[in-house]
Amino acid sequence: MTSHLEVEAINKVYGEVTALDHVSLAVEQGGYVVLLGPSGSGKTTLLSVIGGFTVPTSGRVSIAGRDVTALSPAQRPTTTLFQDYALFPHMSVAGNVGFGLKVRHVSAAEREKRIAAALELVGLAGYGRRGIHEISGGQRQRVALARALVVEPEILLLDEPLGALDLNLRRQMQDELLALQRRTGRSFVHVTHDQEEAMALASLVVVMNKGRIEDQGPPKRIYERPATLFTATFMGESTQIPGRVGEAGLVETAIGALRGTGQQSPGSEVMLIVRPENIRTDANEIDLGPARIREATFQGAHYRVLATSERGAQDFVLRLPPDHAVEPGRALQLSCRPENLVVLSR
Amino acid sequence: MRWSSRLGNALSGFYLTACYVFILLPVAVLILFSFQDGRLPVPPFHGPTLKWYVTAFTNERMMAGLGNSLLVGIGSSALSVILGFLAAYGISRYEFAARRLLQGIIILPLAVSYLLVGMGLLVTLSSLGLGPSLWMVVVGHVVINMPLAFAICLAQLGEHQRKVEWAAKDLGASTFRVLTAVTMPMIAPALIAAFCLCFTLSWDEFIIAFLVTRFDVTLPIVIWTMLRGGLNPQTNAVGSFIFLCSILMLVAVEFLLFRKRRA
Repeated sequence: MTSHLEVEAINKVYGEVTALDHVSLAVEQGGYVVLLGPSGSGKTTLLSVIGGFTVPTSGRVSIAGRDVTALSPAQRPTTTLFQDYALFPHMSVAGNVGFGLKVRHVSAAEREKRIAAALELVGLAGYGRRGIHEISGGQRQRVALARALVVEPEILLLDEPLGALDLNLRRQMQDELLALQRRTGRSFVHVTHDQEEAMALASLVVVMNKGRIEDQGPPKRIYERPATLFTATFMGESTQIPGRVGEAGLVETAIGALRGTGQQSPGSEVMLIVRPENIRTDANEIDLGPARIREATFQGAHYRVLATSERGAQDFVLRLPPDHAVEPGRALQLSCRPENLVVLSR
Repeated sequence: MRWSSRLGNALSGFYLTACYVFILLPVAVLILFSFQDGRLPVPPFHGPTLKWYVTAFTNERMMAGLGNSLLVGIGSSALSVILGFLAAYGISRYEFAARRLLQGIIILPLAVSYLLVGMGLLVTLSSLGLGPSLWMVVVGHVVINMPLAFAICLAQLGEHQRKVEWAAKDLGASTFRVLTAVTMPMIAPALIAAFCLCFTLSWDEFIIAFLVTRFDVTLPIVIWTMLRGGLNPQTNAVGSFIFLCSILMLVAVEFLLFRKRRA
């Protein structure tokens, strides 16, 4: 069975700059894909290629088994939720939502029914006659969502849709986007630079950097077992321990020989990665040695602690419970589990 | 307040007043003597009377000129706005070689004097074996006004506008549909303002109209012909009327184009 959305070896070159470098991606029907990366990573360009706004230099895009590479945005079974919503300011809410139906020559009665259903879906039932300037930013986004979903696209593309919202509204919209995606059963492709947003939404996270896909997989796997150093650092804070793979598969570091998870050939230069919440003080299998607290900041649910190893030049970032004593200079005995110590090439 | 800043304020106030008097006094005098109850529009002022307005509006040549001016003004402005808008849309929405160059060429007539445009038209006309006519004034006015309409439209077709057009295309609209259902309604104030501005410029344009017409002439030519026969309050009346029309148009532009941007 072929995938619902298939991106094959897409290249996009602007003069000297390569925006997309051999990007391939396959998405199952009903997946929630998040393209994650810093600005300039090519994630927005990729979205634009899928939507048909950007013509790739080479490569192929197919949706639901049909090659759409040569089709214009109007002809593709995709719609886009734009970052600034791009609503039609001279039309009412209903006029906006009904636009896609109107250009498809849907009859007025049928249109009215589907507009009402779409507005209901996004929680704006009864708002049809309002003007775009009479509703709030959050409501505008819902109108944009309804407008994009009412034409029943195979794939909904979302271009940093939550960037303009404040934190509370963003959380709320995340939940609603997920609920909408489940209810409609459509595939969503969502672009963001916010890794928390990515983890909250995605069934598949695609981490991009410099026009390439660095890593792709379920959010849990991406966070816990990143495939590359870039992914590891982009997905959140971690302690990085440089070292070299020795004969027995142990990694020799400044704080001793450690056994991590992940295959690397002997003699190669590697980086060991461990997330702050996985560094423990209760004597686990991997001994990270004694360390002293250098600095601690209270963050509500925990302390974020910076500590320096007593064994060698190595800093740690870890979390301690709020009832732990954290005065600078205090000694800690650090350890972690082998599955939480990931070996990555550097 | 210190005396020096008070003096500064007084001086700048005086300077401003002097500027406005310099600019507006001739117009004020023109309008005042259109109400002159006498045969000459010169001091001392007698009146007021509206008889010169009656004379002017019952003068057949004057009314023919007025009709021609309206025809040329509306025709050339409509053409300028349509062509200018389409050119601006093409330039701002499509990537192609020499785009900047083309934009420069479209703007260029703004820098060419009306005399040159008129002479050029006249030379071209005679080389084509065509006689002078009112239609040539329309052509001349499109030449000078289209760049203006183009520039006004181009300024409106920015990134946000482009995104909205994308959204319309994304929802399945054809380019024609995007233009008529989204772009034009959204920038309608600018289109109307551009029309008004073009009309104002066409309405009192003299040189081109003088060079390329013979029998069907526009209002400024009629006035000029009358002035050659000596001063007459009737010409003041027509002049005041033209001024009033221009002012109304500019007020419309102000409201449509600049008020909106401030909001």
